[in-house]
Amino acid sequence: MSIEVRIPTILRPYTKDQKSVEANGATLSAVIADLDANYAGLGERLLENGALRRFINVYINDEDVRFLGGLDAQIKDGDSITILPAVAGG
Amino acid sequence: MSLEISRAYVDAILQQSRDEYPDECCGVILGPAGSGKAVRHKPMVNAAHSPTFYEFDPKDLLALYREVDDNDEEIVVIYHSHTETEAFPSRTDISYAGEPGAHYVLCSTRKEIAPATEFRSFRIIDGVVTEEPVTILD
Repeated sequence: MSIEVRIPTILRPYTKDQKSVEANGATLSAVIADLDANYAGLGERLLENGALRRFINVYINDEDVRFLGGLDAQIKDGDSITILPAVAGG
Repeated sequence: MSLEISRAYVDAILQQSRDEYPDECCGVILGPAGSGKAVRHKPMVNAAHSPTFYEFDPKDLLALYREVDDNDEEIVVIYHSHTETEAFPSRTDISYAGEPGAHYVLCSTRKEIAPATEFRSFRIIDGVVTEEPVTILD
C-alpha cells in the first residue's frame, strides 16, 4: 500500500527537496512513523509530545485530519496526504 | 531583498485593516511561480476573529494551496494587521512563520501613529526576522 504525501516548502530540506513522497501505513500515526524512518527528523517536525503540532495542518484527501480522528485517522490505498504549515500569528 | 508592491494593494490592505478592526485582518498576494512578483491580491478570512490572533481557516488554507498549485503560482506576500501594536512580527508570528520564501507584511491600526499608515515587510526564516525595504509602485 502506497500513499502520496505532499510536503510543504519548509519541510523539503528533510525530503531532499521532493515536493511529494511515498509512504506506507494504515493510520496517520503509522504513516508519520514510516516518513520519519525514511526522512530522519521529519516526525519531530510534525509531532510534539505524541500529538500533531498546533501549527501543522494535515489533510487526508480534502479533509482536515482533526475531523477524522487525528493521528488515529484511517488511511486507505490511494489516499493522498497533504501537509501544510498553518498561516497564523498574533 | 526588498518588496515591490503596487499602491493599489497597499491601499486595499490598509482599508481591509480598518474595515475588520478591532479584529486582525489577513490575506496573501500571489504571483507566477518563481517570479517573486506580487500581482494577485487575495484577502483571506481571519478564522480566529480576534484582535490579537489571526489564522487562515484550515479548509481555506488547503483551497489556497491547491489554487496556487493549479495556477502555477506562489505565495509572494502573507500579510496581517496588528490592531494596537507596532507593525513588527510578534513572538507568535515568528513561531508560526512557515513560508521561508514569503514576504511577511504587517500593517497596524494603532491610534498613536496616524491610523493605518504603517506598512512594513519582513523575512522570517528559522526564527530570524529581517526587515526589508518596501518599494510602492504607482
